[in-house]
Amino acid sequence: MNSRTSFFTVVGALALAGVLIAALRHMETGAPLLPGAETEVWLVEARVDFRAQGGPVNVSLSLPEADAGYSAFNEQSASAGYGYAVVEQGDDRRAEWTRRQASGAQTLYFSAQFVAQPPEAVTPGQPSAPPRAVSVFWNDAQSTAAQNLLDRARQTSAGPRSLVRELVKSLNVQPLDQNAALLLGQAEDRAGLLVRLLNEEGIPAREVMGLYLRDARRRQPLASLVDVYLDDRWVLHNPVTGVPGMPADFLLWHRAGASLLDVAGGRNSRVSFSMLRQSVPVQQLAYTTNSDSAFARIGLHSLPIEEQSMFRMLLLLPLGAAVVVFMRVLVGVRTAGTFMPILISLAFLQTSLLPGLVSFVSVVAIGLMMRAYLSRLNLLLVARIATLIVLVIFVITALSVIGYQLGYSTGMVITFFPMIIIAWTIERMSILWEEEGAREVLIQGSGSLFVAIVAYLLMHHPLLEHLSFNFPELNLILLAAILAMGQYTGYKLTELYRFRALLDD
Amino acid sequence: MTSPAFIRPSQLRQRGMLGMNRRNIDYIGRYNQRRLYPLVDDKLKTKLLAQEYGVPTPQLRFVVREQHEIHEYRARIQEMEQFVLKPAKGSGGKGILVVNGRDGENFVKSSGAVLTMADLERHMSNTLAGLYSLSGVPDVVIAEDLIAFDDGFAGYSYEGVPDIRIIVFRGYPVMAMLRLATHASDGKANLHQGAVGVGLGMDTGRCLFAVQDGQRCDSHPDTGKPLNTLQIDNWQELLVLASRCYEMTGLGYMGTDLVLDARQGPQLLELNARPGLAIQVANDRGLLPRLRKIEAMRERRQVSAQDRVAFAMEAFA
Repeated sequence: MNSRTSFFTVVGALALAGVLIAALRHMETGAPLLPGAETEVWLVEARVDFRAQGGPVNVSLSLPEADAGYSAFNEQSASAGYGYAVVEQGDDRRAEWTRRQASGAQTLYFSAQFVAQPPEAVTPGQPSAPPRAVSVFWNDAQSTAAQNLLDRARQTSAGPRSLVRELVKSLNVQPLDQNAALLLGQAEDRAGLLVRLLNEEGIPAREVMGLYLRDARRRQPLASLVDVYLDDRWVLHNPVTGVPGMPADFLLWHRAGASLLDVAGGRNSRVSFSMLRQSVPVQQLAYTTNSDSAFARIGLHSLPIEEQSMFRMLLLLPLGAAVVVFMRVLVGVRTAGTFMPILISLAFLQTSLLPGLVSFVSVVAIGLMMRAYLSRLNLLLVARIATLIVLVIFVITALSVIGYQLGYSTGMVITFFPMIIIAWTIERMSILWEEEGAREVLIQGSGSLFVAIVAYLLMHHPLLEHLSFNFPELNLILLAAILAMGQYTGYKLTELYRFRALLDD
Repeated sequence: MTSPAFIRPSQLRQRGMLGMNRRNIDYIGRYNQRRLYPLVDDKLKTKLLAQEYGVPTPQLRFVVREQHEIHEYRARIQEMEQFVLKPAKGSGGKGILVVNGRDGENFVKSSGAVLTMADLERHMSNTLAGLYSLSGVPDVVIAEDLIAFDDGFAGYSYEGVPDIRIIVFRGYPVMAMLRLATHASDGKANLHQGAVGVGLGMDTGRCLFAVQDGQRCDSHPDTGKPLNTLQIDNWQELLVLASRCYEMTGLGYMGTDLVLDARQGPQLLELNARPGLAIQVANDRGLLPRLRKIEAMRERRQVSAQDRVAFAMEAFA
């Protein structure tokens, strides 16, 4: 039993190390143990890609202004070999990168943290001089269509404010009237068209761009809104709904000034955004520049934001793995595929529980029906699985389209499920069905779903989510628990049921 | 007769029941070397090994290894009356196709279902592609003679060959059960598919206890034949056969699946490096006391299979 003692010493040491490191980190950096005592901070990273042409390069990116709805701090740029400065011209703030010579693919990063401003701070200051509507160029057909559209909007509205609403409505109503259809067909986007129509009408308007803040999104484009000058103030409008005012969770990135991105000396330029919701304690926010601590330097927060969102997911995996071990070793739940439940629960994390559950069950059910037909076709196994993969993709596409038409965006959700795994699950389930009957399929299927749901509920818990990312060393405790469970030689819970016949006598 | 839904862990411990976790760690993990697994996971290897050691197994007819070979065996299959097609790496009885007789060009399964040559070819194709093998690796098809089962079993099995599972621990047979196919198990002798498990006394091969689906049963559910009079002929010979598999494979904890052929006597069907626990329910007693008794034995010299069987028949009576 000596090896057993040393085994449990190691397990205990691991767990203790996890607790100690977490305690040290807490004392050293003040990282909070509870997710509650914090404010929400968005870490946003803009990534500019372009292809330099060998000569001098000058890149200028518009930055959020004071009235962006969020205030920025910790602005940083990562761009090897480039000179970098933030330039302010009146209302317009821009990040500028310069370099004497560059060629080939270039990537520049700008990142900043954003805290929501109180609503009263958001109202933009009055412009020093009232803006003027700019003149718009239309071709003949567009001009007639625009005039018709504006005439109609004018008749059904009482002033500029309602005119905006009526214009948006006329571009939305189904079926589109032919004027709207013509203009929409030739315009780059809806916001741009609205801006042109309003300027044509003599109402100053401009297109502004911003970012819908959603956790752990990568490579997002900016969304366009319409800024309309009404009653001596700029008022934002959603070009699709026509609703005035700033949308919720919206970071206004580019409002005044000329362009979002200028690149001189490069081609194919593109800007995309990644974002991550962080929880930062109120006091830490005040001393954002504190950290010389080793924890801060080697912590996950020092990684680029794209990797951070990935690690947030990855660090939840040990929790899922521990749940699977617990369920299989101590409880004795039978699942289809050992770690398949974790994959399902990861998908649930992206989709939220109910829609994910519904889509998963329906895809597998439809797949089983298709598989029943496939078994009559006398196909080789590999070809049959491949067929199933293609069919599963069709099913998911169909469900997404139908779901979208019915007004649920949940249809899209299933695309996160690993396709090949779904196909294999269906194949295994159908074999199970033929060989051991529907009952075994139900047992293993619901076993997998049960474990996945338990794993999801734990991984989704705000406290555990917070701890696993901010205190990654706590995963050592999970590791210790998994190791300890790996040595469990007692009975499983299900065996108490399985061996019940022994009680008869 | 309705048993309560759960049994307490202390009651299980008192009865010496071996649980899945303990089996995996203390017995399979400790006594079965990983490198030996292929010998039993691949039935073709087991068969060839058995021939080498003179352990009787059902006659091998042919082996199909590649998809394109399937057609070449069409003529051979056509001339066979009764045969079994099985995947070499199948587990839990998956993919075993038993042809009991012929109906002109077609083949009749033990359940009475009729299969065409195309059905057989698809089955073989699936097997080769790895449909029934552990973790889906490519496999080969083994065709072998069907066991003509002993008349002594008449009325005890429905649509299938009864087989005898004997757990062999370090060469000593420790527990045995007879598995009887039922209508519910589709001619297969797997307990979790509804077959009847009959615990056998180690000394005589007589019925001790019987279960179906985890519940006690006293007679065969399909034929109604009472089980308590059941006794296996050639019992000692069977145990010796099982015991010799230890020398053959070197696996310390294994399940041996044997059948009694009417003409050839005891035959080895297959070996299992991870034998199930249901045998304890069929015997109404746990494996642990017997396993511990053998673990406690200090004897280092080689003991012959006959002596090990003699010991087991006395110690586990």
